[in-house]
Amino acid sequence: MDRLTQIGKETRAWACYDCGKCTANCPIARAGAPFSPRRQVLSTNLDHREAIESNGSLGICLTCMKCDSSCPASVEYSKLVQKLREYTYREDNVGCPHGGALQSTMRMMAAGKTVQNRMDWITDDIRITSDESEVFYWTGCTMYLDAFFDELGVHSLNGTRAAISILNQHGITPIVSPSERCCGHDLLWGGDRKSFDLLAKHNVELVESSKASILVVSCAECLRTWKIDYAPYFSQRPPEILHISEFINARNNDLSFKENGDARIVTYQDPCRLGRHLEIYDAPRSVLGLLPGIELAEMHQSGKRAVCCAGSTWTNCDRYSKAIQVGRLKEAKATGASTLVTCCPKCQVHLKCAMNDPNLKEDIEIEIKDLAELVVEALD
Amino acid sequence: MTSEQVKTKDAVTPRKSKRRWTPNIIVFACNWCSYAGADTAGVTRIEHQPHFRIIRVMCSGRIQPAFVLKAFERGADGVLVSGCHFGDCHYIFGNERAVEQFERTQRMVKLLGIEDGRLRLEWISAAEGARFAEVINEFTDQIRDLGPGPFSSRRAGSNNGKP
Ligand code: FES
Repeated sequence: MDRLTQIGKETRAWACYDCGKCTANCPIARAGAPFSPRRQVLSTNLDHREAIESNGSLGICLTCMKCDSSCPASVEYSKLVQKLREYTYREDNVGCPHGGALQSTMRMMAAGKTVQNRMDWITDDIRITSDESEVFYWTGCTMYLDAFFDELGVHSLNGTRAAISILNQHGITPIVSPSERCCGHDLLWGGDRKSFDLLAKHNVELVESSKASILVVSCAECLRTWKIDYAPYFSQRPPEILHISEFINARNNDLSFKENGDARIVTYQDPCRLGRHLEIYDAPRSVLGLLPGIELAEMHQSGKRAVCCAGSTWTNCDRYSKAIQVGRLKEAKATGASTLVTCCPKCQVHLKCAMNDPNLKEDIEIEIKDLAELVVEALD
Repeated sequence: MTSEQVKTKDAVTPRKSKRRWTPNIIVFACNWCSYAGADTAGVTRIEHQPHFRIIRVMCSGRIQPAFVLKAFERGADGVLVSGCHFGDCHYIFGNERAVEQFERTQRMVKLLGIEDGRLRLEWISAAEGARFAEVINEFTDQIRDLGPGPFSSRRAGSNNGKP
């Protein structure tokens, strides 16, 4: 069986009956891009490799699973795109506006020939350990994002620090390892399986050898990678893998909040990786429910229907992504919220970038914070 | 070249003990100043160490982190970013932008654990052929002292770039 037919089988592309609901639901297609998920499915089924490579739309897809969730035939479209990118992978084929800087960074981590300096952000008010603990806290690459997107005012490390202080509040001094490497999410979704493989092996071994029984993750993409894509790499029973919001919910009696926090309205951006990929919709919302004074105003498109930040895997950024981001920010503003809460550092990067549009300034400007930051602000 | 010049040239040739290994250096140079500076060094026949590849860009402001990071990823032992002196940029503000980009690159390089001595920013004008040679010699020596870059296939323990 040739590779495309096999991919079609693995992702149920064969089941497509050409209804076009995927394209109708696709945020990118709706923003006007000449992009059609359906066409990609058909080309796979018809074994048209050239069509897949040449129409240039493979990199445009956000893999946000919006089409997956609307497909009556359960075609796993996002998985199809991942596999097609892997099938047609060429290292120099970078659609990312950062010129491949992030891909190079990730691949250098995959090669692992240096000792990273990734722990400079640790402040005195948080406690971490490098030897033994029940919990391993996975920081993800927030220090890299803050370093690279400093111009945009991205402060995703605040969320990382906040998550650690939440763990501290629970009486836990988590392991945070200087040997952590990028989870490889973006390389995998960009088609670079070889580098992903190196990262997965390294990271799984790192966590396994730490003997921690719980792995707490804040970043939605890292979480997806750990829960789904790393599964085949574990040599023993994997630790319990929890999003920080799931962790807080599981032990919420340990946190004491201020009697009456400042009343304010917030809205919540479901990251595509946390929502549709992992179906974690309620945990972050119930954490918000714990916080005194905080009222959650949902955007019109939320939960399963949420629109993603339009830049999930550094494969593409264009006027259509910008249009999606601006639309999303307007939607957030329309709720009357003063803060947009998210659980993915990349949502922060992309939405903050969109806010730089000088023509739209006040119309779309809104404070963006990680969920953990809000929790820490409300703590007694 | 006078015999005097030949002598000074000899003074900067590599130390014998480390002669066997020659570094791979990538030099990014803007079209209007630094590249022309390299040219000046050439036409005035100033000798300098030759272990670098020069990549010409229109302005140093074009040199984004991706260029430098990719060079390191592909095994460069050192990267030199160069442009016009402040006030001389052909595009007026290009080299100010270059500084911002360079700082961003530096932060990434530091996080990745690549020695900061492997990355340098220099302003070299079109007339400064001698300075170009001097910078190249000095930087080459510095890289020689640091040894092969972390991603170089010639690094001890490396299996020719294969993971
Ligand atoms: S043209 Fe030389 S730095 Fe701008």
